[in-house]
Amino acid sequence: MQHLPILPILLPMLAAVFMLLPPLSNSITRHRFFAVSVMIILVIVSATLLLTSHQQGTQMYVLGGWQPPFGIALVADRLSTMMVLLTSLLALGAQLYACAGDDHDGMYFHPLFMFLVMGVNGAFLTGDIFNLFVFFEVLLIASYALLIHGGGKQKTKATVHYVILNLVGSSIFLFALGILYGTIGSLNMEDMANKVRLLGEHEQALAKTGGLLLLVVFGLKAALLPLHFWLPKTYAAASAPVAALFAIMTKVGVYSILRVHTTIFGEDAGALASIIIPWLWPLALITLTMGAIGVLASPSLRLTAANLVIVSVGTLMLAIAMQREAATSAALYYMIHSTLATGALFLIADLISKQRGKAEDRYVTARKMNQGKVIGIAFFIAALTVVGMPPLSGFVGKILILQAAQGMAEIVWVWPVILLAGLACLVAISRAGTTLFWRSAGESTNYIPISRLKLAAIALLLSASPLLVMFGGPVTTYTSLAAAQLHDNKAQSAYTILPKGDK
Amino acid sequence: MEAIYAFCVGILTTCGFFLVLRGRTFTVVIGLTLLSYAVNLFLFASGRLKLDGAAVLGQSAEYSDPLPQALVLTAIVIGFAMTAFVVILAMRSRADQGNDHVDGHIPVKTTKSRISEKRHS
Repeated sequence: MQHLPILPILLPMLAAVFMLLPPLSNSITRHRFFAVSVMIILVIVSATLLLTSHQQGTQMYVLGGWQPPFGIALVADRLSTMMVLLTSLLALGAQLYACAGDDHDGMYFHPLFMFLVMGVNGAFLTGDIFNLFVFFEVLLIASYALLIHGGGKQKTKATVHYVILNLVGSSIFLFALGILYGTIGSLNMEDMANKVRLLGEHEQALAKTGGLLLLVVFGLKAALLPLHFWLPKTYAAASAPVAALFAIMTKVGVYSILRVHTTIFGEDAGALASIIIPWLWPLALITLTMGAIGVLASPSLRLTAANLVIVSVGTLMLAIAMQREAATSAALYYMIHSTLATGALFLIADLISKQRGKAEDRYVTARKMNQGKVIGIAFFIAALTVVGMPPLSGFVGKILILQAAQGMAEIVWVWPVILLAGLACLVAISRAGTTLFWRSAGESTNYIPISRLKLAAIALLLSASPLLVMFGGPVTTYTSLAAAQLHDNKAQSAYTILPKGDK
Repeated sequence: MEAIYAFCVGILTTCGFFLVLRGRTFTVVIGLTLLSYAVNLFLFASGRLKLDGAAVLGQSAEYSDPLPQALVLTAIVIGFAMTAFVVILAMRSRADQGNDHVDGHIPVKTTKSRISEKRHS
């Protein structure tokens, strides 16, 4: 399959377009059926792509036959295919959940959802920093529309903030690209990695500015500390399946930092090597701390879940700041786990808030839940996972990160902060659980049973956690290979398989 | 030429950022527009400024870098779409919240600002 690498972008795009056309456009049932089947195909395609790139080496797709550095290229290496598969799985879960009714609140839920998936997949697969910007915009404009989907005061308010912040972010992104193109003379990531070493002294300062501006932009998307204020309100205002899918959007920022600052400004970049590391250490530590404080202070389950996203971003950033293969590998494992787990938690929060009447998911005494047992079990598993308690994947991920820190001077900071943040999350989540499930007064009034589809969606996302532990061996082998590929960008570069042009 | 160009980009960016930090959606939208103009000009200059350079190779001995022009074109298209979206969103927000403040409500005046207002009037 020569065209395999472009399918994760093309498939959702075409599906979205088809859903806007007559035979599908006027019926929500047909929309649902079509969208779910496309998403299942997408999962299969992503899995195939992952296997292909794992077994046969990095896949490269040169659009229109124009060779890089001038043409547009998609690069499907181990890291990007893993992220694509993760996106498809999360999107399938969120979509199944939405099919139970949330997609009917407004128009065009499924096409927008597909466009968002297309943008995310594109951002993961592109090998070109300008196309990264383009795919960012694709996923952002879809996310703006999805965020406001269903309408209401809260959503409008959150969307205004979110849109304005991201538009400013996009401007900064373009400034950074302009600076980098002006100094390095290329926007292709591999090409930039080769050229960044040869910069003159004056240009180094400019290129450093560009690189740090990129950190600002990606930090905004990833909700790194000073730029995280938009996240809790936005995620709490979004409808549940949208919030669940948004769990991957912060990871797009994390992925971009990992990609740009390991490939281009990595250890081989000469004077510009690791320019973000002095910034990333304190930012990651503060993000983790503030995330943990936010989790403790949240008055509702949705806000708790949103703050847990910040905690996971902080943990990931710490692992990235370590700049070791082992740490990156641990970060990738943790990324899979935290994306799926927080996605599931958003869905569970929605179930809870639908069952508790006016109290919604706030931590107050309210009527009993109608189907408290099922939700309780799901919540218990999700809670164990996100907090990082022993049998499940959160624990393994954290242990891997802690192990990777061994022998570093920064261990004095990393260990206590990660462990204390874990404790804070544990306290907050157990308080949440006891209030939501045990402090109830009166009988349930809500007799609408939970749709089986919703439970299936949650089961799908939650099953990832035990599976990640059971197949921990193969998964960690894969992530460590992916990390090795990322750190060693000369030996396994995709561009070595291309005919050499004049450089 | 370079000095004037750089000056223009700088002024546009400064004004853009100042307006984005204002409280009302209208000024914020204007600010975003100015910022996107500044960005487009800046991107255009990233391939070095050149007079009489054809964008197509082989058309003249001096050619200007075609890549920034392609980038600017993409950036303009995306910028327009986003500006259109944010204008509609601002109108929707005005209708939903009943005011055009970015935060959705007009901030309560503090005693300090009231005093200074009295002095001015």
